[in-house]
Amino acid sequence: MEELIQKLKEEIIEVLNLEEMEPGDIDSDAPLFGEGLGLDSIDALELIVLLEKNYGIKIEDPKDGRKIFFSVRTMAEYITEHQK
Amino acid sequence: MPLLIRKYCDIRKQRVVVDGKKVFGQEDDAAARLFLKSVYRHFRIDYPKFFKMDGLSKLGFLTAEILLGDPAPAQIHAPENGGIILTNASSSVDIDKKHFDTIKSREQYFPSPSNFVYTLPNIMAGEIAIRHGMKGENSVLISRQFDPELIVGITRLAFETESLTFCICGWVEMNDEHYESLLFLVGQDDGLSDGDKSREDIIFDPLNLMKRYKAVNEWKN
Repeated sequence: MEELIQKLKEEIIEVLNLEEMEPGDIDSDAPLFGEGLGLDSIDALELIVLLEKNYGIKIEDPKDGRKIFFSVRTMAEYITEHQK
Repeated sequence: MPLLIRKYCDIRKQRVVVDGKKVFGQEDDAAARLFLKSVYRHFRIDYPKFFKMDGLSKLGFLTAEILLGDPAPAQIHAPENGGIILTNASSSVDIDKKHFDTIKSREQYFPSPSNFVYTLPNIMAGEIAIRHGMKGENSVLISRQFDPELIVGITRLAFETESLTFCICGWVEMNDEHYESLLFLVGQDDGLSDGDKSREDIIFDPLNLMKRYKAVNEWKN
């Protein structure tokens, strides 16, 4: 799990162009949206694409996104449960 | 009331020039995106959204930032009455091509939302308007090459039809590694001092704009 979390942090920094950040700057349990990394709606779409492109996971119900993308850890848990 | 060039900023060939004076430059042959990042860092701009912008928006944003930054010209005390009129030849084709790369394969069809939102040149003008709270005329026009008659004509029209206190206008071109930006801060001749600048040299007319555009040919290392 920790290995996946680290990989996810690197991918998030790359796809969201968080150029000022290092993986170590991202708290695995901190909220990604709002007070955490302060991501916006376009970033949310980019994370949906990331899951589909890199992990083959398609989110069918957008309402699930709130739970899945709460933090890097919840993303990693979702990937572990759903990756084929 | 005649219009005057209050300040201008030129970003071409790895250097930043303000009112004819080089204020930043790099001698190496860095890629355009790295050079623009160096400009951002050099001027200590704090606007994380910069990193999410496409190349064209980054270029226009930086030029406007330097133009309106320290020392802030007196004309921008009412930014809501500021206009933005930009021109270029390649529209947003630089990011359009990157977007196309993400959708050209049926098997690897993963359009990037953050690329897609920049596939219009007007977004560049929008980024500048949001940053500085400018709510006046906001346009991006396409012309084959730097066209001072077009820039002057449209800007004058905007001053005549809207109550602009100032306008940022000029040329912002980006396509692959080729980038050119030359923006003018234009305001009405309100009698404020323009330092040592001769009035004739700062009158906002096609001749003075073209003179600045061609100045790049005389830049020496």
